[in-house]
Amino acid sequence: MSDITKGAPGVPQAGTPASFALDFGKAWEYAPAPESPDHVKIAPKYELFIGGKWTAPQSRKYFDTVNPATEQKLAEVAEASAADVDAAVAAARNAFEKYWAKMPGKERAKYIFRIARAIQEKARELAIVETMDGGKPIKESRDFDIPTAAAHFFYHAGWADKLDYAFHGRKARPLGVAGQIIPWNFPFLMAAWKIAPALACGNTVVLKPAETTPLTALLLAQIIEECELPPGVVNIVTGAGATGAALVDHAGVDKIAFTGSTAVGKRIQRAVAGTKKRLTLELGGKAANIVFADAPIDQAIEGIVSGIFFNQGHVCCAGSRLLLEESVHDVVIRKLKDRMATMRLGDPLDKNTDIGAINSKPQLERIKELVASGELEGAERHSLACAIPEKGYWFPPTFFTNAGQAFRIAREEIFGPVLTIMTFRTPDEAIEKANNTMYGLSAGVWTDKGSKIFHMATQLKAGVVWGDTFNKFDPSSPFGGFKESGFGREGGRQGLGAYVEVE
Amino acid sequence: MTTALFKRSAPTRASRFPLFNPPPVDQVAIEERVANLAKRSIKKASKVAGLKLSISMMDLTTLEGKDTEGKVRQLCRKAVRPLDSDSELPSCAAICVYPNFVRIAKDALGASGVKVASVATAFPSGQSPLEIKLEDVRRAVEFGADEIDMVIDRGAMLSGDYGKVFDEIAATKEACGPAHLKVILETGELGSYDVVRKASDLAIAAGGDFIKTSTGKVQPAATLGVTLVMLEAIRDHFYATGTRIGMKPAGGVRTAKQALQYLVVVKETLGDPWLSPDLFRFGASALLNDVLMQLEKERTGLYQASEDFSKD
Repeated sequence: MSDITKGAPGVPQAGTPASFALDFGKAWEYAPAPESPDHVKIAPKYELFIGGKWTAPQSRKYFDTVNPATEQKLAEVAEASAADVDAAVAAARNAFEKYWAKMPGKERAKYIFRIARAIQEKARELAIVETMDGGKPIKESRDFDIPTAAAHFFYHAGWADKLDYAFHGRKARPLGVAGQIIPWNFPFLMAAWKIAPALACGNTVVLKPAETTPLTALLLAQIIEECELPPGVVNIVTGAGATGAALVDHAGVDKIAFTGSTAVGKRIQRAVAGTKKRLTLELGGKAANIVFADAPIDQAIEGIVSGIFFNQGHVCCAGSRLLLEESVHDVVIRKLKDRMATMRLGDPLDKNTDIGAINSKPQLERIKELVASGELEGAERHSLACAIPEKGYWFPPTFFTNAGQAFRIAREEIFGPVLTIMTFRTPDEAIEKANNTMYGLSAGVWTDKGSKIFHMATQLKAGVVWGDTFNKFDPSSPFGGFKESGFGREGGRQGLGAYVEVE
Repeated sequence: MTTALFKRSAPTRASRFPLFNPPPVDQVAIEERVANLAKRSIKKASKVAGLKLSISMMDLTTLEGKDTEGKVRQLCRKAVRPLDSDSELPSCAAICVYPNFVRIAKDALGASGVKVASVATAFPSGQSPLEIKLEDVRRAVEFGADEIDMVIDRGAMLSGDYGKVFDEIAATKEACGPAHLKVILETGELGSYDVVRKASDLAIAAGGDFIKTSTGKVQPAATLGVTLVMLEAIRDHFYATGTRIGMKPAGGVRTAKQALQYLVVVKETLGDPWLSPDLFRFGASALLNDVLMQLEKERTGLYQASEDFSKD
């Protein structure tokens, strides 16, 4: 019986000679395969989209949006002042009262359906601009961001004339004007998550995209213009924090929907306290991705990789804390290192790129600062040894082992391609450690036992629990957080509740 | 029953094989992974290099009741020199035939370096007594086969008689002598990735030099999914022992584009050493002409008619 080995079956044991190393070298290399941006038109300057018209900002100010992979300026974008926000809210109010709230649901549905179709028709252009403005790999914007955004419009077009059946015989009325503030990690998709349910439920919208990634929201405004929505139903005001604050503070807004950092979310919650405004917040996360020894380990490796390296880790529900059952720790680390060795960092427009650019310089600084703290606190760092382009903002895929629960890298949201790995011994310990965070947005469980997944899902304090997969989204599936990850749900029937008053 | 799986006399690596308990495989995740890998964009120089590499990995195959000496000799010429107009192209790795044609193939291939592989062990069903299967192997080797492609007993595999499967492979390996052994799992009959993984681990532990998906007589034959599962078994064996086992998808690989997708999966699962005919083969008959057509298209910018390629 000396052959009986501990740990996961069929996998190497501790003490395996390091010389048995895989070699991911240059025997057969992929030639560059860049998606051509030649046919994409980015205007030199973008105005605000208010009341169906492209309007110069009353502030007369513009700011640059840059390509984070090249540091080149892509366009100048209007900076909306409080007066511009006021005009946008007035246009939205007018559109709400004059057209949108009165329109039968089946008519609203046609407009929303039209937007979905137009997104599909322009999918390639939208994907390229999304990648140029935000730095994410083209394969992700092409295969995930844009198709999922279209799916959200399709899905909610279907709800627009069925709201009477969504709340068990109770009547649902629209709220009025929704002020929506979205982040830079999924600029186009977040715009779709916000706009589609609001429109389906009969609300009008003032949307503020993030200042580093405004372009695809402005392309969406063009699509909405081409789809001939009544003027003012959707208004896009670009700008930074001050513009967002003006929107949050505006007395004419009936609802605020915010996706972004927990710090800003807390400020917004304070600002709307005591007002009529409804609020939903989708904030940060520090998700536990839990791998049991009985998991399909090779597939779990893929889930670990997509959990933390998808979109350079700029994902609020990223699986940024990996909890490994101790008996498979060494095996997983070895396999994860080999898997990372095949990852390709570089030109986000190249169809074979796995890791694109970090979205902005400040974000890169924050990642570096937290990684330095991890090293200082004594965790062991492993980063992919790869060439880093000279221009642009980049950070190689990285993980830390030997990290403690109390380390900053185990508690704070890094929002970059940095994974913190810890171990556990029993399911109860895994649950305790997973829940030992102020966040509660998502979690992952990897095991071959279905019953274990269901047990874990009931114990984990997270809005989404993925079983043997990670980072999967569907318009019909509600998404949202527990604790300081926010409240309210987006998507599904539950998501409609954020945009209606139920009688 | 688990501990009595392997006879004391079983040769090869049984003693190094841990308790037979292969890891679970998640079907959804396997298929998602290969779908992602299949999206790698292989253009220009890497396309040409990949296609040439795939020619050098081909086991050009004819396994028909109507095979004749003439057919086999034609196929041998094609394997040595795939395209008359281009002497720079590599030869195929091997010719794969029934035992009756091994001598003819050996003679036709001469000193070209192209190997002769012979199917044996009551191919394709494997449903004959062991002694007959072993005799089949010994004869093929005697005729000059460099490589033996055996089939496992799928009935034994599915009924849980893993000891029988193991012993037959080990005995076949012994009968091969100096010839390399490729073990055909016939994944299309195994029903799930879990059983494919189990059969892969058994075949490797029992002494297979290569593991191979299919006979080509059963659908589905090779897929990217089963190939990845088998490559993972090879990888775990390498991690544990340092020994490199080869892989051969066979049947169903018909286009140049598919061939490149397989190479991507190999490259990103096992790395450089496996990008060689020593450790990776395609079992195919229709694939070669599509690869040649794509290479000519890359060279000239124009697609040739299929009539421009010899149909041997």
